[in-house]
Amino acid sequence: MATTVLGQDTHAAHGAYGEKSGLWSWITTVDHKRIGILYGATAFFFFLVGGLEAEVIRLQLMKANNNLVSPEFYNQLFTMHGTTMIFLAVMPISAMFFNFMIPLLIGARDVAFPRLNAFSYWVFLAGGLFLNSSFLFGAAPDQGWFGYANLTSKQYSPGLNVDFWTLGLQILGVASLAAAVNFFVTVLNMRAPGMRLMRMPMFVWMSFITQILLLLAFPVITVALILLMFDRFFGTHFFVPSGGGDPILWQHLFWIFGHPEVYILILPAFGIISEILPVFSRKPLFGYTAMVFSGAFIAFLGFGVWSHHMFSTGMGPIADTFFALATMLIAIPTGVKIFNWIGTVWGGSIQMKTPMYFALAFIAMFIMGGLSGVMHSVAPHDLQQTDTYFVVAHFHYVLFGGSIFGLTAGAYYWWPKMFGRMLDETLGKVHFWLMLIGFNLTFFPMHLVGLNGMPRRVYTYQPGLGFESANRLETVGALILGFSFVVFLVNVIKAARSKQRAPADPWNGATLEWSIPSPPQEWNFAEVPTVYGRDPLWEAKRQRGGPLPEPPRVSGKGIHLPNPSYWPVVAAMGLAGLMVGLMLLPKIGPWGMIAGVAVLLFGVYNWAFEPAG
Amino acid sequence: MRLGSPAFRRLSRLAPMIVLLLLAASCGGSADYPQSALHPRGDFARLTDELFTTTVRWAAFVFVLVEGALLFAIFRFRGKPGDAEPEQIHGNTTVEIIWTIIPALILAAIAVPTVKAIFKTAEIPGKDALTVEVTGHQWWWEFRYPEYNLTTANELHVPVGRTVSLRMGAADVIHSFWVPQFAGKRDVFPNRETRIWFKAEEAGNYPGQCAEFCGIQHGKMAFRVVAEQPEEFKGWVEHMQTLGPEAAHAAATPADSVRTTTAAAVVQQKSPSRRKPAAAQPAAAADTAKAAAPQPATPQDPLVGTGQKLFLTKGCVGCHSLQASNAPKGMIGPNLANVGARTWIAAGTLPNTDENLTRWIRNPQQWKQGVVMPNLGITEDEAKALVAFLRTHR
Repeated sequence: MATTVLGQDTHAAHGAYGEKSGLWSWITTVDHKRIGILYGATAFFFFLVGGLEAEVIRLQLMKANNNLVSPEFYNQLFTMHGTTMIFLAVMPISAMFFNFMIPLLIGARDVAFPRLNAFSYWVFLAGGLFLNSSFLFGAAPDQGWFGYANLTSKQYSPGLNVDFWTLGLQILGVASLAAAVNFFVTVLNMRAPGMRLMRMPMFVWMSFITQILLLLAFPVITVALILLMFDRFFGTHFFVPSGGGDPILWQHLFWIFGHPEVYILILPAFGIISEILPVFSRKPLFGYTAMVFSGAFIAFLGFGVWSHHMFSTGMGPIADTFFALATMLIAIPTGVKIFNWIGTVWGGSIQMKTPMYFALAFIAMFIMGGLSGVMHSVAPHDLQQTDTYFVVAHFHYVLFGGSIFGLTAGAYYWWPKMFGRMLDETLGKVHFWLMLIGFNLTFFPMHLVGLNGMPRRVYTYQPGLGFESANRLETVGALILGFSFVVFLVNVIKAARSKQRAPADPWNGATLEWSIPSPPQEWNFAEVPTVYGRDPLWEAKRQRGGPLPEPPRVSGKGIHLPNPSYWPVVAAMGLAGLMVGLMLLPKIGPWGMIAGVAVLLFGVYNWAFEPAG
Repeated sequence: MRLGSPAFRRLSRLAPMIVLLLLAASCGGSADYPQSALHPRGDFARLTDELFTTTVRWAAFVFVLVEGALLFAIFRFRGKPGDAEPEQIHGNTTVEIIWTIIPALILAAIAVPTVKAIFKTAEIPGKDALTVEVTGHQWWWEFRYPEYNLTTANELHVPVGRTVSLRMGAADVIHSFWVPQFAGKRDVFPNRETRIWFKAEEAGNYPGQCAEFCGIQHGKMAFRVVAEQPEEFKGWVEHMQTLGPEAAHAAATPADSVRTTTAAAVVQQKSPSRRKPAAAQPAAAADTAKAAAPQPATPQDPLVGTGQKLFLTKGCVGCHSLQASNAPKGMIGPNLANVGARTWIAAGTLPNTDENLTRWIRNPQQWKQGVVMPNLGITEDEAKALVAFLRTHR
């Protein structure tokens, strides 16, 4: 167990989470903070990969009839860009915050199931590597992140591309579901005394709702993927029209997952923003109860709007009406959130620190994405918008202008807590302005070029249709946007090399995580706090009449923590091995799969009977 | 850089300019954006465009109001060092109820015309409509007119002022039929019929494109809709009905040669005046194609005979029919009965010049990697003969 010296001033970076260090300690870790950092680092790597794919896409579309990449490779690029950004970047960056912050925000020492948490991460890593390894075989998925049947059938996609996708997503689904169970239970069972549900920080609330969405939505995509897998590997005809199957079935299954997935991507950012705005306005969140229920309402409605992705399939006027109106309905709780955020800032004393820049830009950009979303709900005109760059503009305003701005705000906000170093304010603001300008230059013209008739997912376009100037501008914007993350990386490196330690509470925070040292010690809270209100730290500071003293780093003697374990890694390897075995089925028969299952069972068995320590 | 800093002020002065530039880039006429949904030329598209205009107005109103409130708050409530803690407000039920109800009312204002339009666009056209059967193929479009027993590909001719009722399907995977100036998209499926309708308002040559990802060449699955006055359309139909293998054999007869010239003249007239002249905009390949619409080789040209032999022996007939009337169903490649007169080849992606057609015949995979048509090892001379032969099919 850790024996950190009291009041120690300079840590070696690896010593920040107790004395354990070295590669093995990271592989076997069950500490939610370390797992959070693993999630974050891996997801950021994939974010850069996905960003690079986007830059190549933009370079290819810079001019009409361009030949920078082949159509085959282009289709792989946009498929992997979408798949990567959704499953390997935004979701796991959110997972980083779930992991690192939820226990701290609710006053817990770890998550409910620490080893399951490690398992989730290793499965996620395996899934990400599995998917991307397809590039090594020149067979990256090329059917779009939505994988519409029957293009995905063996007949029309005979290569390994779709196999990598359908199996890779199944691996990632296991990781997401395991994590969702874990955080669902953590939030319900691990809260500190006095932390009632309606006292939970808004980020915890939004994360909690996200876990419910994950638990309900991922089984649906898993079923769809398994049916597709059977179609491709074992000759069933669930989605094959020539065998009596129905490609429309795929669309319904996919979007019953796919639309809640949108909220899975955005709700954590909603939560982050709801933490940052009050702190930097020095004023509590406006309309806490309305915020909780609007979030829940959005999530609930999110399951009843999936077919607005399918207006162009011709579902008939009754279905169109239902899904159009249900979609419009979502604008109401979303509007409530936006107004409450503005209400939070209104009358405050705004501190313009980097996290606040990103948080405010989040609101501004999300309004744009929300309004174009309402435009989609106008079903008859959605027939013009759907599958054009107008939609690409819309969902990037929601998922980049929304999720990524929100997650970046969160990164700047919680960086000092996570790593014990402050990020540079000047570089942070340079990053912000480049990102804001680059983002809008990239995605705003897409609204116009989409309405002017440019479809999505085309590897090139013809001259004479009026698409050139907008596309040139978008490419310039994308390069600026890409560069803004170079500035962020410089900022991170600078912070890592800085000797300056971050204080426990650099922003005058309101929530429990700011009451403990930066970075937190392995056991988080030397003494589990008791909570009496919604902004416990502000309350404590008010009672004291000033800032709290810097919390001491203490010896964790006597605090029980779960032991490190490598069985989650073994089990994760077994699961990935099963999928690799399935890929190799035509080559080596079932032996690969049998080996994978054996390793999985071996891992789970030993995990189950591992002594608690 | 703080919000109040000189750098920010400079930026904020630049911002309106950027917005203006963007608007300038977007507000061209229909001539600059021939595939634009913002310039409807059909009743369906006009209906949805009006609905869209209503929605955009409301959205602009909300946008200005909410972004304005946000910006106002950011500037007005900037904290200064040493400021006291602001009043700790936790909410305000009245305000919260108001800003729940107002958006609901705005949405109702959008919802009512939306639902009306949903039912309007779902109406099934009457019996007087012209039915066209559309089939999406990887990566081209087949059009059949059951009323006239005609088949053509990649260039849909429709009469102005008569509702066209499209009954659609797909031969392989899902595609989506889209001519923005006439109507929104409708996906086409294997083993399932979908429908859409529109009525063209004015004559012209309108580009359309597949809008559902359908494989490697989804990006090059375009087509054209040629809308023409009813009498011209009638002329086109009557002419097409003469096109078949027999007509091709009779290509040397003077009567057919006259007909061919007339058809060519019709095609020339169809060039809409709304377009910029080709010289002014070399990139506007549509016009270049029109201006350069190559004349067929004289029927006596021995090259045509050579081309015909090659067409029969090189495997072309395995996939392509030259018969517009009573054409065989289930062909793998586009119908070529009037290919000589079409403005585009390769599913609306290459202007139909002799040079392009030669290149296409010799190496279709170069322009459209993965296309079903293989490289048949045709020499330059053979390709030229084939082009001469195909040019007589117009």
